[in-house]
Amino acid sequence: MKVSLKWLAEYVDLVLPVKELAHLLTMSGTEVGGIQERGNGWTGIVVARVEALARHPTAESLTLATVGLPGERVTVVTGAPNLRVGNKVPYAPVGGRLTDAHTGKEAVVEVANVRGVESRGVLCSEKELGLSEAHEGVLILPAEARVGQPLAAVLGDTVLDLEITPNRPDCLGVLGVAREVAALTEQRLRVPDLAYQEAGPDVRGLAQVEILVPGLCPRYSASVIQGVAVGPSPSWLQARLAAAGVRPINNIVDITNYVMLEYGQPLHAFDYDALLGRRIVVRQFTSGESLRTLDGIVRPLEPGMLVIADAERPAALAGIMGGSETEVTGRTTNVLLESANFDPVSIRRSCRALRLRTEASSRFDKGLSPAITTLALRRATKLIVESCGGRAAHGVLDVYPLPRDPIELRLTPVELRRVLGIELTPAETRSVLSRLGCVCREDGRALLVTSPEHRSDIRIPADLVEEVARLIGYDRIPETTMAGHLPEHAPQPMRGLIERLKDLLSGCGLQEVITYSLVGRLLLGKTHPEAEPGPIDALRLANPMTPDQEMLRTSLLPSLLECVATNLRPDEPGLCLFEIGCVYLPREAELPEEREILVMAMAGPRWQRQWNEAPAELDFYDLKGAVEEVLARLNLQGTRFNRIAEQGLFHPGRTAAIDWKDVRLGLMGELHPAVARNCEIRVPVFLAEFDLEQLLNAVGVDFLRIEPPPRFPAVRRDLALVVEERVPASELLEVIRQAGAPLLAGVELFDLFRGHGLPPGHKSCGVALIFRSPERTLTDAEVADIEAHILEQLGAVIGARLRG
Amino acid sequence: MEALRKELETLQAEALELVKKSVDAAQLEKVRVSFLGRKARLTAILRQLPTVPPEERPVVGQLANTVKRAIEEGIEARRAALGSIPSDEILRKDQIDVTLPGRRPSLGRLHPLTQIIREICGVFVEMGFAVMEGPEVEWDYYNFEALNIPEDHPARDMWDTFWIDPASARTSTPMLLRTHTSPMQIRIMEQTRPPVRVVVPGKCYRYEAVDASHESQFDQVEGLAVDEQITFADLKGTLHTFARRLFGKDRKTRFRCDYFPFVEPGVDMSIDCFLCKGTGCRLCKDTGWLEILGAGMVHPNVLARVGYDPARYTGFAFGLGPARVAMLKYGIEDIRFFHGNDLRFLRQFP
Repeated sequence: MKVSLKWLAEYVDLVLPVKELAHLLTMSGTEVGGIQERGNGWTGIVVARVEALARHPTAESLTLATVGLPGERVTVVTGAPNLRVGNKVPYAPVGGRLTDAHTGKEAVVEVANVRGVESRGVLCSEKELGLSEAHEGVLILPAEARVGQPLAAVLGDTVLDLEITPNRPDCLGVLGVAREVAALTEQRLRVPDLAYQEAGPDVRGLAQVEILVPGLCPRYSASVIQGVAVGPSPSWLQARLAAAGVRPINNIVDITNYVMLEYGQPLHAFDYDALLGRRIVVRQFTSGESLRTLDGIVRPLEPGMLVIADAERPAALAGIMGGSETEVTGRTTNVLLESANFDPVSIRRSCRALRLRTEASSRFDKGLSPAITTLALRRATKLIVESCGGRAAHGVLDVYPLPRDPIELRLTPVELRRVLGIELTPAETRSVLSRLGCVCREDGRALLVTSPEHRSDIRIPADLVEEVARLIGYDRIPETTMAGHLPEHAPQPMRGLIERLKDLLSGCGLQEVITYSLVGRLLLGKTHPEAEPGPIDALRLANPMTPDQEMLRTSLLPSLLECVATNLRPDEPGLCLFEIGCVYLPREAELPEEREILVMAMAGPRWQRQWNEAPAELDFYDLKGAVEEVLARLNLQGTRFNRIAEQGLFHPGRTAAIDWKDVRLGLMGELHPAVARNCEIRVPVFLAEFDLEQLLNAVGVDFLRIEPPPRFPAVRRDLALVVEERVPASELLEVIRQAGAPLLAGVELFDLFRGHGLPPGHKSCGVALIFRSPERTLTDAEVADIEAHILEQLGAVIGARLRG
Repeated sequence: MEALRKELETLQAEALELVKKSVDAAQLEKVRVSFLGRKARLTAILRQLPTVPPEERPVVGQLANTVKRAIEEGIEARRAALGSIPSDEILRKDQIDVTLPGRRPSLGRLHPLTQIIREICGVFVEMGFAVMEGPEVEWDYYNFEALNIPEDHPARDMWDTFWIDPASARTSTPMLLRTHTSPMQIRIMEQTRPPVRVVVPGKCYRYEAVDASHESQFDQVEGLAVDEQITFADLKGTLHTFARRLFGKDRKTRFRCDYFPFVEPGVDMSIDCFLCKGTGCRLCKDTGWLEILGAGMVHPNVLARVGYDPARYTGFAFGLGPARVAMLKYGIEDIRFFHGNDLRFLRQFP
């Protein structure tokens, strides 16, 4: 909310420099988002009076305006269509500074020759003064402005941009902010005078008010003013509204808006003569009715929505917008002014259903205090009587079926210390609360506090504790270290595993990415081998922001692939990526299962082109190596990679299931070429996916036994073994391991050869056998015995033999 | 006798020094001849042995032999060494270009959000907080209702919410993507008795137009401490310690009043701008302060809701956005980079 300091100063003496005031407000909960000094840059700009207007001799759209200044007259060429003789206008002389309306930059006024006529100076628009974006005409100043007066003295102001939190609807008016300033700076508040001449007949004879649903309308106050002259507002009022960003309409409507900005209480003016039966009935909308609102739209109201009706039909959407049938127009002479209080929940629901929010509704839906309806009503009635002519009826109508009893809250020094950690005397507490308008009674060391009726947010003692804290200032509260016992913390094994995995994976050269949890159908289609995801069982958003974020993912691979696709660039190192995150699996009438998943991807050059390495591409075995390393570091002994076919977006011939005991930990393999094409990826991509729930079950099962460093030397024997292609390497190694136990300490496959010199359908595997005994140095004869046994088993089990 | 011993020891030291200094076989030979040759001093001493009193003869003889052997071994070792390693003179000519790029091990990297979340949680862990996590898809009850934000409460406007389509959720109970990590306050208190000290990192979602400073998906770290005798002063002390640990020990903090429905009094903590040192700059929008986190004393309604007696227990809660911390720390101007996953961005982090 924008608050003019000039306006604010009508209600409270501003005793602090503006920066200090802004600081105090910010610290106490009303954040000042910005301070706008209006008029700072108005160098040389003064008030001038339009003395004569003439058409430009050659240009039809231009006007020669002769303006009067003290002791001189100047002629200015202007394109503004809105000038009248006698207007007071801002005049920037030659040498003056203003904002160029076209470039938006500061410019110095120079003598100009406009189509053959000399123009000395500029009559300024709001835009040229930096007030707003309006540039359709010259800004017309209030008639009271004196010719020659610096513009800054007329329009100069400081505007605070305040963030009012939802709990403080009382600050949605300048008066409320003034009350806050008064409390913070210990100044007296000056409330507006509400007395006016009640020259008309008794209001009770003019109209009746009836509330059929007191729960939705706790209070309805109204006044009637007869014989008003509807027309433009006085310029001071227009200026106030313009400063607050409200467009002037007519004097009656402007006054209701002005009082709303002042008191925070929205008002509505009805054309009294358009109200059938001279009755106001606050009731719920019933089907079969209709209402056209002020903006000319017939609103699809729903039964149950609160309306203000006359004797027969809805006349306004309560607290949101008036109806066009009863609106104040140029022909209106009698006005019924409404100042009511509505249930915030009802207002919110109607607004949501109608997708309509207004200045009024956004105040009512915060829960205004019913106490202020009559104050705002009298204020507006007074202003109408004073500036629109007309006679106010005697008295006001005020239906207040459920007046709220003030509550008395008990606040003790013990409670203040318990929450704030600071000692305050009852006297100090009392003085602080009194500044806010609270009435305090002492009861021993305790205070019995009644909060002012405009503060409907103060309901429990904790609310008072906060008021005390923010008024004495949070700075006064010391900083201490928590005492007390440390709680016992439950172990978080999944969190531990995830953190460990992140370290291991980044250690293996993989870059972590974090993609969006929300995905769209388009992406799921692209990453499906058939380019069509089919029915997807996923949680969908009821209100998605964009189609590419419409549902919660059930796999991390599509998002990771997207990441691969966007990051594959020529001349950049290959991609080694991983992500750990949740998939969201729907369950019956429960929150979804949020399952932690690890995905990995590799693609592109193994390393950046460099002078001392031959170029190479990342392949299946780069990814497998990383997987093996991670699993080994997690001490998963005996994990197996088994080739499987037909697994989603994986290549049917190049995919492995990763198993440990009888648990399937995950899958890894090459991306299906069809998916790669859909995603416009032109290099092979290798992917792995792990279910961390399964991994967590496997971790910590095997006992990790640490052996002393070996005391005796190892013996290494290299063998070249010829075996049929169909025998997987894992089987060959397993036969060797079993046959070589227990003295075979390790076996490594260090070479693989196919082709020349081998029988067709065979391969040659170079295998290193490492023999070692923990007790002695092995003899050649011992090693030869085991080796022979291994070869015999190799031949018997898988038909492998030494390469001749 | 004593003089002789001294002389032998000096002899050995001198000889070994010269051996060390020899750079080729010729020099070594010279040393050998001068110390062990027929005209050498040691040879002379050994020759004089018969003139030594008989009782001292074995001692002197043994000593002289030890010295002789030490020098011989020294020469042999040096000869072997010189044989395999060219002289420095030659080595000096055998150069490499030390300015050629090195072969870097390909280390991966943690996402900056992971790094900053670890850093944040680490500070609180040292203060006795546990790290816990909770569901990202939540019931309305935990995200709002139990946090003192009933349906149609005006404060709901503070959190624009993604709602789950009830058909896909297979329930009519309102389900949503959590808009903050605060629902975990309720879940944790429902499951444990005081004392509580927990931090909760996690993903959150808001139905919000995305721009340089707003994301529809973002992370938060929630904190909660509840016990007897926890005060606002403890909140200030704890969070100030945190700010100093994360942003430097000279960091000043500013606590001001702010409103969140589930705390009272509510707090907004800022640190003095580390770029301009509080004098005002673009980073701090000329205020000298950078808002870091929202906090407050847990609202009595919230405590009562989970069955904690508000008359006995007090506590504080806080929430902060790791992305904002990272943005401040590294001068990042657009929050969208974090989930954009452009490696040219991610690879710049430590």
